[in-house]
Amino acid sequence: MNTFRYITRRIISTVPMLVLVGLITFLLIHITPGDPAAVVAGENASLQAIEEARHRLGLDQPFLIQFWHWLWAVLHGDLGTSFTSGKPVTELIFDRLPITLSLTAGATLIGLLIAVPLGVFAATKRGSWLDRITIFGTSLGIAAPEFFIGLLLVLVVALEWGWLPATGYVPFAEDPVEWLARLTLPSVTLGLGVAAELARQVRGSMIDVLSRDYIQTARAKGLSTLSIIVKHGLKNAAIPVVTVLGLQVRRLLGGTVIVEQIFAMNGVGSLAVRAVFLRDLPVLLGVALTTAVVVLLVNLLVDMSYGYFDPKVRSA
Amino acid sequence: MSAAIFPAPGTAAPAVPLPPPSSFFKRFCRNRTAMISAIILLLIVLTAIFAPYLAPHDPARSSLRNILKPPSAMYLLGSDDLGRDVLSRLIFASRLSLVASVQAVAIALALGLPLGLISGYAGGWADTVIMRCNDALMSFPALILAVVIVGLLGPSLTNAMTAIGLVYAPRIMRVVRGSTLSVREEVYIRAARALGCGDARIIAYHVLPNVTGPLVVQATVLMGQALLAEAGLSFLGLGTQPPQASWGAMLGTAFPYMAQSPVPTIASGLVISVTVLCFNLIGDGIRDSVGRMRRSGD
Amino acid sequence: MAEPLLELRDLTVQFPSPNGWLTVVDKVSFSVGRNDIVCVVGESGSGKSVTMQAAVGLVQPKGGRVTGGSVRFDGKELVGMSNRDLNRVRGDEIGFIFQEPMSSLNPAYTVGEQIAEVVRRHRGASRADAWKRAVEMLDRVHIASAASRAREYPHQFSGGMRQRVMIAMAVACDPKLLIADEPSTALDVTIQARILELLRELQRESGMSVLFITHDLGVVADIARRVVVMYGAQVVESASADELFARPRHPYTAGLLAAMPQVALERGQDPVAIPGTVAQAHAWPGGCRFNPRCVYRQEGACTTVPVPLEPVAPGQDALVRCALAASLSDTLREAVAA
Repeated sequence: MNTFRYITRRIISTVPMLVLVGLITFLLIHITPGDPAAVVAGENASLQAIEEARHRLGLDQPFLIQFWHWLWAVLHGDLGTSFTSGKPVTELIFDRLPITLSLTAGATLIGLLIAVPLGVFAATKRGSWLDRITIFGTSLGIAAPEFFIGLLLVLVVALEWGWLPATGYVPFAEDPVEWLARLTLPSVTLGLGVAAELARQVRGSMIDVLSRDYIQTARAKGLSTLSIIVKHGLKNAAIPVVTVLGLQVRRLLGGTVIVEQIFAMNGVGSLAVRAVFLRDLPVLLGVALTTAVVVLLVNLLVDMSYGYFDPKVRSA
Repeated sequence: MSAAIFPAPGTAAPAVPLPPPSSFFKRFCRNRTAMISAIILLLIVLTAIFAPYLAPHDPARSSLRNILKPPSAMYLLGSDDLGRDVLSRLIFASRLSLVASVQAVAIALALGLPLGLISGYAGGWADTVIMRCNDALMSFPALILAVVIVGLLGPSLTNAMTAIGLVYAPRIMRVVRGSTLSVREEVYIRAARALGCGDARIIAYHVLPNVTGPLVVQATVLMGQALLAEAGLSFLGLGTQPPQASWGAMLGTAFPYMAQSPVPTIASGLVISVTVLCFNLIGDGIRDSVGRMRRSGD
Repeated sequence: MAEPLLELRDLTVQFPSPNGWLTVVDKVSFSVGRNDIVCVVGESGSGKSVTMQAAVGLVQPKGGRVTGGSVRFDGKELVGMSNRDLNRVRGDEIGFIFQEPMSSLNPAYTVGEQIAEVVRRHRGASRADAWKRAVEMLDRVHIASAASRAREYPHQFSGGMRQRVMIAMAVACDPKLLIADEPSTALDVTIQARILELLRELQRESGMSVLFITHDLGVVADIARRVVVMYGAQVVESASADELFARPRHPYTAGLLAAMPQVALERGQDPVAIPGTVAQAHAWPGGCRFNPRCVYRQEGACTTVPVPLEPVAPGQDALVRCALAASLSDTLREAVAA
């Protein structure tokens, strides 16, 4: 019962943030220099055409009503229409969302697969050469621009060695193996950055947890070292790590913008970049809103996971 | 030591007045990593300043006979797709990259500092509103928001830096607010108020000195982040517009020709990485120097 | 006499410090019989907790090392045993209870799960059987509504209840020896009494031996059959409880008795504190380690040569480490009889 109430509470508290995010997105329109109506109407439009555009866009109405109409449309899945292609923005984005999400998920997975064992090892064998390499390596990983790593990977692994393809994306439904192959390099590119941040956090958290009293109790109970580290240690070390993971996902969504360009993937990121050159405002705003909503959802998941990792939170 | 340099949202950073300059620098100098990074950064800055004297060739001079040449005695890092000397271009590009980062951080500070002070000092509903808006703004992935803002304003270096400044302002705001919060309840603040000191004076004389420590650390790290962000945007063609070039723009133009001539790509990427690493390590060093004072002293 | 269940012989333990390796347990020897209740008494810093932690191999994770001596438990030599083998003994044949119930339970798992996992580990029981046993144990330590409480988390229990859970965990596999490291120190007095009562009850029912570490002589008077007094990383006296209280042989023991609030109450006096502070491991005084604080100290006999631990009288089990033991025995007896 506690858990259910906890989950419901977390979901409800996300709603105000969603509204605020919507408001900010809506406000962004107004930072465009010049008159949005004129932009919509196009160059060399007559004054009358501009006025018509203004009326059509509802820009002649009071601000709150505009916002309400926009919000209403968004809630019904209508993010407007692309200036350039005339297609609904929602359609454009959702066509490409699987690509971006695959990339984000892949990077997260790689990050976890590298960071967790590495961090745990470094924490249990402090002062060892592995520990020192971890600390040094993570500093580098955090500083290096991801796209640089990506470029190097393309150069070496794809072009020099020819092990993995450098570009493109194939949907999972079409060919799972190709999908995996093409997703590997881009995911590794982004994943290394995630791994660097996460490894640090895992190491720090585990060092803290392993010095706690209940770990001594676990040893006194004769439990195996593996059980102590994984069962007793990790669950308590998880919360700060999961928090950092949530922040990393947000960073990843930004990073896809660049990585999609490097690896010629047709995701949401490259959609946004193209929209800049085409001055396609609805698409840009649609992408901003969509990614922010994804981030909020991830935050929600992270929040809810706290309830799993820390039972005290559930009854609070 | 946690990896996150940004304090967790809502926590107040402990009130840390900057220690007297002499002891701070002494501690900083003892930190070898930070010192080396500072020296490297200094060299980079000097290179940028004295670019015309250091660059072997005219960075804008193209030579169609020497396209994409590998490194040689004449072109130490090779030539790019328009036959221009990569090394000279890198040297001159440092000016743009560094100045752009300073611009972005300046904008972030200009927005974040006052808002953070108000939010932390005034408290109440002003604080709540500002913080909620802050949180909402931070829900947008940084680079995507930057791209969108550039898209709304039009691609140019200035617009890119404005966008980056706007995107990073919330982080500055958080740090400033945290420091302000922790100082606000100190006894001497209440004493000052009781004596009739105006809020402005209190903020200027008491709050600001406490904010400086964490703020400097944050700003240093942000310089590195801004550099990365500018590089990213210019790489995409959204920042520096030709014929100007920053490191990121060079990376972007070198990339399509990577198979034939990898050196320009590697060189620009390396320069960016090293500079960002330096900023990060210096930021770490400052934080440790300030922190140690806190632990050993009062 | 039958072979003791646990026998420590010259156990020596060191810990790293800014001053180099410090010997915090110095050639400690004593034994625990079957169906026995032994109390190890000493101030903090005497090495009493570390001794027992070292005996079961728990000091290494903390950076310490056993540099000498032997620990024989039920015919097995524990010093030098691999961690894997020690893991089979810990939790199964030897149960351990720690001092801080608030932090000694894992906050992320239910109380029932933490007990059940010991049973699963050492008895190979199924999840269902192990859970049943866990509930049984909670019942045995007198936690009401054991079945539903087993599904709750440590933070939902009070300090006293958590300690009961710890006890349940420690005796779940019917150990031969239960080591209790100041289990009631962190709890208030009424709860303390109940925990002691519980331990006594469990001991009576199962016949397991109990080794109780404490600094509180009141507790010792309550439950001990034999007592080992430690000071300055060494055993300074060892005797049966009756003997110790009636006829302490070491000035430190006499001092501890005089300092007991109960004793002072009986005499109508204020408790008499032992002057001075505990000796530090990196700076033992010359000769007897207690000499700077001893009212009976004699220059020369007590300050030059290290004092050995010897039987009180030839053929006796009771031991004492005092240069002036023979001459002081009557003086001390009178001092506590008053």
